[in-house]
Amino acid sequence: MTLKEIKEILRADVITGEDKLDIEITFAGGSDLMSDVLAFGKPGILLLTGLSNSQSVRTANIIDAKAIVYVRGKRPDDEGVKLAKEHGIPLLSTKFMMYATCGLLFSQGLPGVSDLS
Amino acid sequence: MNDEYVLSQKFKIKGGDFSNAGRTSTSIKEILKEIGIDPSIVIRASIAVYEAEMNVVMYANKGMVTLNITPVKLHLKLEDEGQGIADIDQAMKEGFSTATHEMREMGFGAGMGLPNIKKNADRFKIASRLGEGTTLDIIFCLNKTGNK
Ligand SMILES: Nc1ncnc2c1ncn2[C@@H]1O[C@H](COP(=O)(O)OP(=O)(O)O)[C@@H](O)[C@H]1O
Ligand SMILES: [Mg+2]
Repeated sequence: MTLKEIKEILRADVITGEDKLDIEITFAGGSDLMSDVLAFGKPGILLLTGLSNSQSVRTANIIDAKAIVYVRGKRPDDEGVKLAKEHGIPLLSTKFMMYATCGLLFSQGLPGVSDLS
Repeated sequence: MNDEYVLSQKFKIKGGDFSNAGRTSTSIKEILKEIGIDPSIVIRASIAVYEAEMNVVMYANKGMVTLNITPVKLHLKLEDEGQGIADIDQAMKEGFSTATHEMREMGFGAGMGLPNIKKNADRFKIASRLGEGTTLDIIFCLNKTGNK
């Protein structure tokens, strides 16, 4: 599904990357722990996280994540937004908590990173 | 010996500087991409050096990353001055961590860093002297045969 569809499903705000909403997202993974993301993440992942400091964006960039959705209304700090613009990583923010965010996307057919063969 | 290097570059890391943590790894990733290193090695090396950089920021006073690339290997050496590690076997265990609350809030400090560095590297060496510092050698083979 496209990032635009994800934005609609999650009723999310776009913090940066309005011009990239047509990118195709094929799988996602969620964690607040960047060490976990670095261990399980795969290039192309949609990262769902509640960690709103700039390490979330640095981590996404390191693993070639396609975009970040911040859950439970979190928004990244200014440094994070600046970095995301530099690296061309779209950032979205949804009011849903982690469990509901994952459930909504999963039920619409978006697989998790662990479902990839 | 030096003239066989394709590239050799040093980067400084400041201990305790959480707001810049990860900057060096991001620069190294850009360099690796630019010079055309295999994308799967770029990711593995970037993950390893990022966890290693975070450890210097979290546990050491200062450190230095040396990036050496030859036609056959990519070598990341991290040398830091700081508290060092008392028991390396224990530090290498998944889940062992002495991280503070502040470090956990950064998304690190789950005791997964060193094991993940080792997992990503083709070769990995760690040495430490208590009260002096820690050295990591993280090596990736650039010719197909030695690859993971
Ligand atoms: N460069 C270092 N200097 C001193 N101690 C370190 C260093 N790197 C790791 N350690 C010690 O080893 C432990 C495990 O490291 P790691 O596996 O990266 O997990 P984490 O950083 O999440 O605690 C750390 O909690 C710390 O006690
Ligand atoms: Mg660590």
